[in-house]
Amino acid sequence: MPRRNRMETVKIAFRNRKFQFGFGLLMFFVIFALIGPLFTNFAWDGLYYEKVGKVELASYSGRHLPPMSREEIWTYTGKKVEVLHILGTDIQGKDLYAQLVYGLRTSLWIAALAAIIGTILGVSIGFVSGYKGGWVDEILMMVVNIMLVIPAIVLLILVAAYLSARSPEIQALIIGLTGWPWVARAVRSQTLSLKNREFVSLARLAGQSDLRIIFGEIMPNMVSYVFMAGILQFSGAILSSATLDFIGLGPTTMVSLGNILQKAIAHNALQFGWWWWFIPPGLIITLIITALFFINLGMEEVFNPRLRRGGE
Amino acid sequence: MGFKKYLARKTGVYLITFLFAVTLNWLLPRLMPGNPIEAMLSSNLGLAPGEKEVLMEYYSQLYGLDKPLWEQFVNFWVSLFHGDLGYSILYRAPVTDLIKHALPYDVVILLPAIVLSWVVGNWLGAIAGKNKKYDRYTMPLFYFLASMPYFWFAMLLVYFVGVRAGWLPYQGAYDPAIIPSLSFGFISNFLQHWILPFLSLFIVQIGSWAIGMRNMIIYELEADYVRYLEALGGSEKLLTKHAYRNAILPQVTGLALQLGLMVAGAIATETVFNYPGIGVLIMNAALSQDYFLLQGAFLMVVISVLAANFIIDIIYAFIDPRVRTSYTEG
Repeated sequence: MPRRNRMETVKIAFRNRKFQFGFGLLMFFVIFALIGPLFTNFAWDGLYYEKVGKVELASYSGRHLPPMSREEIWTYTGKKVEVLHILGTDIQGKDLYAQLVYGLRTSLWIAALAAIIGTILGVSIGFVSGYKGGWVDEILMMVVNIMLVIPAIVLLILVAAYLSARSPEIQALIIGLTGWPWVARAVRSQTLSLKNREFVSLARLAGQSDLRIIFGEIMPNMVSYVFMAGILQFSGAILSSATLDFIGLGPTTMVSLGNILQKAIAHNALQFGWWWWFIPPGLIITLIITALFFINLGMEEVFNPRLRRGGE
Repeated sequence: MGFKKYLARKTGVYLITFLFAVTLNWLLPRLMPGNPIEAMLSSNLGLAPGEKEVLMEYYSQLYGLDKPLWEQFVNFWVSLFHGDLGYSILYRAPVTDLIKHALPYDVVILLPAIVLSWVVGNWLGAIAGKNKKYDRYTMPLFYFLASMPYFWFAMLLVYFVGVRAGWLPYQGAYDPAIIPSLSFGFISNFLQHWILPFLSLFIVQIGSWAIGMRNMIIYELEADYVRYLEALGGSEKLLTKHAYRNAILPQVTGLALQLGLMVAGAIATETVFNYPGIGVLIMNAALSQDYFLLQGAFLMVVISVLAANFIIDIIYAFIDPRVRTSYTEG
């Protein structure tokens, strides 16, 4: 297999229309999550904080105001501040734009962490299983198949319900721990097809250790594959974490996208028609997952030219 | 008789999975920090004075928490086979009864949604795979649909169809003012409440099936056997027929793999509609830390998914000639 220059592959990827679209959309949300707080006066919980000496005192805004409404709020010390609610406020008078931006941060952070945990676990288990073969393979694949059949979400709910204090990192950990079997299975089949190729046999004849063969010979040929598996993990993690948050088992210390939706349902935002409360968070989740889909599609076309359709 | 061997092997695999799931169900609360029973009883479930001590004793006895671990494990299995899944404090009823009442609602929503979306999605995907012009316009839509969280789409349906337009009811499984009976009034009321939850699962699922089918068809239409058939002068209809038959097989396997995600979707969707299925039970149980109900529901979901997987495996053996012959001739 002639090795293509890595930079060249990246260049081809960036020339792919689907990859461009997906990557652009994802980057938009990442940048939005990073700089979004600059456009609002509100803290992560949607409250206006005023520093009085060493303590910060919160003041609430008007309740369920529609998007782009300006109002003047009185702070604790009696100052009058004019504020803009870009996406309106919820029923408790908390700014929704601020919650959305910080919620997006939390959700992206959880998903990235969970994807890394899940991918590393899956890749290692898939490698070992495919490379070692024999009873190691049998046992590991049995665990994988069992984990694939048991719906991850009920497992997540069960574990999350037992934890009284949940941080975003804990949520990422349990999502990562249930997400790896998909990766493991895919990586195993790739390893199986690679391990009997000439260059691997050559390395083995040369007396290289298993670890060196795995990381030196097999891994470089699977980077793209692993990357794509990681992206799928990322989108799966966003969905799982949103579902968990929506059921009410989200992080207790932070606001997240699913969390905003849960509060919207709990306070009957649908019945009252406060659409600015529940449409933006869901739309962002959907668009992020769409973006990841398109990144994967684009990459698939780059690495597997058979899928490319004339001229696209 | 090869099929028997296939059946025996599959049964074995699912039995092991079942054992694993139940063991996990038993093990998890014991691995968690703190004492779940105490946490459950001291949470704000509104227990009467004295009730807590009685329940504490009941549970310690039921789960034999003072006995050695292996004995606890055996006891757990014994009570499981007696259909005893514990007592829900939240609903003040045996868990088995609660699940028995909730399960029909899940079946009524999930089964038609899964089957119909599979059929319609595959059909739309096959058209997209063959027709490039149609493909260009529909694929982005399918990807958007497939990316949507079920519960968010459910919320949109509630807001636009239920609240804004006021066309359909969106709370519960039927009007609480009506007494369930086999009358026309009740059935039509039930169906009206059924449409939105059904649609929210059905429409979102169409997306992922269509995507899968579209890719498979493109892949198959370029396979050597189709080229050969084309060279022989086979009509386009014939080509498509053969490609379709090969493309549908992975979609059947996909059905088994997607079940877990659909269950997840159904749980969240039910909470949007307040539809009285297992999903609402799970949510309420999780929020009020009613662990027996939660574990019972977990077990029920796992058993259902396993059973569905098993059925799909058997169907697969019948429709895939390769599997069929390998077991009837070998």
